[in-house]
Amino acid sequence: MPPIIQVKNLSKKYDIAHQRGGYVALRDVIATIARRPLRFAKAKMKTAIGTVTKEEFWALKDISFRVNAGDVVGIIGRNGAGKSTLLKILTGITPPTAGEAVMAGRVSSLLEVGTGFHPELTGRENIFLNGAILGMSRADMAKNFDAIVEFAGVEQFLDTPVKYYSSGMYVRLAFSVAAHLEPDILLVDEVLAVGDAEFQKKCLGKMEEVTKKDGRTILFVSHNMVAVQQLCKQTILLERGKIKMIGPTEKVVRAYLYDYVETEKVEWEGLAGDEHVRLTHTRVRSMEPAGRFHTAAPIEIEITADILQPVRGLIFGFTLFSEFGYELAYTLYDDAENSLPPTVEQGPFIKKFIIPANTLSHGTYRIEPDIGIHEVKRIVQDEGQLVFTVEQIAGLGLRFPLPHGKGRSSFFRPAWAQEQQHD
Amino acid sequence: MQSIIIRPKKKISIEDARELWRYRELLYFFTWRDLKVRYKQTVIGVGWALFQPFVTMIVFSVFFGKLAHIPSDSVPYPIFVYVGLLFWQFFSGALSETSSTLIGNQAIITKVYFPRLILPLSAVMTKFIDFAVASLILIGMMIYYGYVPRLMGLAILPLLLLITFMAAVGMGLFLAALNVRYRDVRYVLPFFIQIMLFLTPVIYPASIAGKYSRLLALNPMTGVIQAARAAILGTTPINWTLLAISSFACLAALVIGTAYFKTVERYFADII
Repeated sequence: MPPIIQVKNLSKKYDIAHQRGGYVALRDVIATIARRPLRFAKAKMKTAIGTVTKEEFWALKDISFRVNAGDVVGIIGRNGAGKSTLLKILTGITPPTAGEAVMAGRVSSLLEVGTGFHPELTGRENIFLNGAILGMSRADMAKNFDAIVEFAGVEQFLDTPVKYYSSGMYVRLAFSVAAHLEPDILLVDEVLAVGDAEFQKKCLGKMEEVTKKDGRTILFVSHNMVAVQQLCKQTILLERGKIKMIGPTEKVVRAYLYDYVETEKVEWEGLAGDEHVRLTHTRVRSMEPAGRFHTAAPIEIEITADILQPVRGLIFGFTLFSEFGYELAYTLYDDAENSLPPTVEQGPFIKKFIIPANTLSHGTYRIEPDIGIHEVKRIVQDEGQLVFTVEQIAGLGLRFPLPHGKGRSSFFRPAWAQEQQHD
Repeated sequence: MQSIIIRPKKKISIEDARELWRYRELLYFFTWRDLKVRYKQTVIGVGWALFQPFVTMIVFSVFFGKLAHIPSDSVPYPIFVYVGLLFWQFFSGALSETSSTLIGNQAIITKVYFPRLILPLSAVMTKFIDFAVASLILIGMMIYYGYVPRLMGLAILPLLLLITFMAAVGMGLFLAALNVRYRDVRYVLPFFIQIMLFLTPVIYPASIAGKYSRLLALNPMTGVIQAARAAILGTTPINWTLLAISSFACLAALVIGTAYFKTVERYFADII
């Protein structure tokens, strides 16, 4: 049987000028031509002849792979590796510059759920509209309508305009339509970044059910290594527009994470986020005076964000991963509260978390900030990550080194009870 | 099972037309959405499609007909100007609607694939439905003034509608694509449309331009409105020369508009 997806030498080029400018004003173009007609003509000539080359950026370069029917393939890589560009080409949103892809079957994407939802229309109307935009025929829609409504759990609000929906309901309805598309090939990009943990579980379950029962082929783009490992047998690792590795998920994920672990990073500064919240600074430091990370010193994690608009249900915390990509701990700033915290007002928002001394075993750890809005969306993807290595300064340490690791694959520092001396 | 082959995009191929046909349901849904949303947000709903041309007709009749005594081919001025307005508002409405349709739907364009032509087409469809609603007033006026259209005249109406439709689509596609690249188009357009109103025989008869009327006919709407008045009100015989020039201009607009749209279409998702 021929593979269901065949990608051959796919490449995509962007002109940097296009990228940066976004769009130009006609006024400026006309003004330039009018003021310096000669210079404009000369510049045009130069580009035409090729003496001046525009600055180019290859978002994808010579990507080739095959996927067999019924396989679930993960696509991982850092931001800017070309994951989303690849999916955009495979869905036809943007054409490739060179190469070709053959998809033997109906393709649909979950690039972003809720595409084309209109706030003024009712839930019922939006199901039909969204279905049509995503390529569902009217017959299919009529057939799946009840299942969609039931999965989303919005029966009572079907005839209410979706602008009155809670954000959670809105997202659930949107996902539900997308989940019932029944394509042969499903492209998924970060859907799991949507919604709260429980809903994510439901979505993962739905995806597993879909592949197992109907033998659907899925390309799954994610930053969530746990989800990738759970769902995909094969995984493709992209790096700067090229395939760096392709093979069994476990191997590829490990290689990817190992890469991360290689680069120690104890402080991050930047801007990541959206119009609600912006992550500006993350830092991890040892509270020992010399600032070395070791098992006997407490470790402080500090996350700073700018709240740009008052946010209800702010999610603000981090996940701690071992160097092997296992999730060790997950915590949010309001974990200890008894009631839901009030709306967070505008302004800087700084939280510190302290890992007590003698908690982490020696080894390398990764911290991934988790900032979002409850049941609505995840705001920060993989920005602001920190990587640090805790050393062992007392004791024998590791006597049986692990093949790829720097430390134990365990979480806590081993501490055996001292035998009491009796005279 | 059909295979989808993704390759670097060619400019225009017959496949485009076939694809458009496959997606016809989406055309219906976009049109339905635009109408539904528009009428949901307003108090008098569909009434707007009647109100706007009706009030314009009254204002024009008072100022241009009563006060300025603009000739109207010996037909009562209100019905004379209304025929012009009907076609003009369909055309100009479609232009301004199509020019912003790609920007307005950018969330969908960057996330889902469908033939982009669907969006401008549905914008024109929406305006066509407004046109149909607004022509109810014309029927009322014809009864009031006692005009019986000739059969021959009615027969030509579909052709006139087709020309208007194609002219609107052609110029609309051009503007829509231009607007993606150069965002100041939307500021220029209202001004442009206003000027066009005076270059189109809406408030005056086409005959007023004398020997320059052929030049005027390069504007597709000139031939259409002249012929519509002749057909519906039986004022003058249909000026076939004008209509031919206008049809030609309309075809040119359609070809240029589609070609430009198709060249830019490839980059919509990248630059929008």
